[in-house]
Amino acid sequence: MSLLELKNISKIYGDLKALDDVSFKVEKGDWVAIMGPSGSGKSTMMNIVGCMDKPSLGQVLLDGADISKESDKSLTNIRRDKIGLIFQQFHLVNYLTAVENVMVSQYYHSMPDEKEALAALERVGLKDRAKHLPSQLSGGEQQRVCIARALINYPEIVLADEPTGNLDEANENIVIDIFKQLHREGTTLIVVTHDPEVAEVAQRTLVLEHGRLAKEIVNPNFKD
Amino acid sequence: MFLRMIGRALFRQKGKMLMIAFTIALGASLATAMLNVMMDVGDKVNQELKTYGANITVVPKQASVLNEIYGLDESEESGAYLKENELGKIKTIFWAFNIVDFAPFIDTHIDLESGSSARLVGTWFNHHMELPTGEKLNAGVTNLRSWWEITDGRWIDEQAGDKKAAMVGAAVAQRENIKAGDSIKVKTEHGSETLVVTGVFDAGGDEDENIYAPIDVVQRLSDTDGLLTSIEVSALTTPDNDLARKAAKDPKSLGAADYETWYCTAYVSSICYQIQEVITNSVAAPVRQVAESEGAILEKTQLLMILITLLSLLGSALGISNLVTASVMERSSEIGLLKAVGAHDGAISALVLTEIILTAIIGGLVGYFAGFGFAQIIGHTVFGSSIEMKPIVIPIVALLVIAVTLAGSIPAIRMLLRLRPAEVLHGR
Repeated sequence: MSLLELKNISKIYGDLKALDDVSFKVEKGDWVAIMGPSGSGKSTMMNIVGCMDKPSLGQVLLDGADISKESDKSLTNIRRDKIGLIFQQFHLVNYLTAVENVMVSQYYHSMPDEKEALAALERVGLKDRAKHLPSQLSGGEQQRVCIARALINYPEIVLADEPTGNLDEANENIVIDIFKQLHREGTTLIVVTHDPEVAEVAQRTLVLEHGRLAKEIVNPNFKD
Repeated sequence: MFLRMIGRALFRQKGKMLMIAFTIALGASLATAMLNVMMDVGDKVNQELKTYGANITVVPKQASVLNEIYGLDESEESGAYLKENELGKIKTIFWAFNIVDFAPFIDTHIDLESGSSARLVGTWFNHHMELPTGEKLNAGVTNLRSWWEITDGRWIDEQAGDKKAAMVGAAVAQRENIKAGDSIKVKTEHGSETLVVTGVFDAGGDEDENIYAPIDVVQRLSDTDGLLTSIEVSALTTPDNDLARKAAKDPKSLGAADYETWYCTAYVSSICYQIQEVITNSVAAPVRQVAESEGAILEKTQLLMILITLLSLLGSALGISNLVTASVMERSSEIGLLKAVGAHDGAISALVLTEIILTAIIGGLVGYFAGFGFAQIIGHTVFGSSIEMKPIVIPIVALLVIAVTLAGSIPAIRMLLRLRPAEVLHGR
């Protein structure tokens, strides 16, 4: 049984088919990149896989259970328990420090634990910046706080939307190195990107065009 | 974590939260001022109106019947009298403390030296009484007729020893050319008396045709020692309602519970009833015009204050609504993020509402004290006295502040509930 399986997923907004009959599987421990130009349906895919939206047609199976018809409340619970989200814009709470931003995710999942949150920040190399506000951190540092927040509840899937889109090359490499580390530790990674360099380091790449899955590329040079 | 988030959020939005607190403080201050004044205004308006005279008259039962049948209003003609030695009992009824003042009256026709006749009214001016209860009081027309204008001389002062004295109405004084300090000889079939005129008054009505003298002088001249034709009573009363109107017709028609409620409320009919209980063979009746105008003025004043309170609270609710909605809009990506990491709508609503309610409590406290200050300004400006702090206003204002804050937050909370993380985080 696959960890995640999309079966004939379509998302329709009025006359627009943002996703059109897309199917694929993600196994536990996979590192999958989803690529495509603007308007290809990447964000829609991210929203559906991240349980922030429901498909118009088709099924989304997570751990074998169909979640495509679940209520908003159930989807919130699934998101909280099984999915770690990383955003291009970071979306840190700007009046909370780095460690508190990580603890927010713990608070709504179970119970905040500052030591554990500090350990998560240490894992992304930011322990010494734990008490800084987002406005006092660089873009790369904010993204690493975002990664620590996504990892703090040990999600089954880490879903990253353009994680390097707002970063310079040095910070992009740091983030990619963290992803490699996560993959080595068995974390399932789905990275939505339009950056070929980010996609190339994944195990395989799903290419979307006009809402359809145009091709699937297995990276021959993939190595942990 | 919850409190840490609340504290940080409040501090970060201190400008907006100060505006919300200020809006709430404005509403709370007006509500506090109006409620305190409204609850105190009954007594204040009553006291104001008491300066315009008595609101209850007590006459002998027989005179009352003749008055109803034949329109006669003089005990002299009916031959029925009240007893002067029962007057102190008025201050022993259940609503004794609401009896502000009272004065007995007896009158007789007199002949003056010039040959013309006039009416001589005997009454108390500033009569000192010591009740069996030990209470001491001064009662009489000096307070009860406070609107009389003394155009010449002064009031009769019983406590300074004015015994054979008279106050002459402006019309009589003009007709007989009487001035303060003059002596006038008055004569009846029972005797004659020379009285020193202490003052001339202008009452602006029929009383200007009368001469007023201490009651014992008139009782001697009319051979009615210890007797009275009427008593006027000024009492603080509660405006009539249906129960009071029903009781005024026949108290016996009330059930036991209603009777007790009526008896223990300071309705004018209830006070009249209690006066009749202590004054033998008497009928006490409200001076309807005064009693009704008191009630009408009080009701209108209170209605006006309720309207001002409601409008100020409505204004606050609208202000809060705009400010909280703007705050939620500004924080939409933060709220979307919280939803994305697993926060349910209830948890986020609780977060936002707690921030607003904490701000409201601060605004409410400031508003309460400011409002109490406003109430004092209103009290001194309008009534010339301070407004008593009513403890019941505190929970009422607290509830109103919370209700207005929650009502004002409804549009923002609805917007918050509609926010979908996918839309605010990814623009879809």
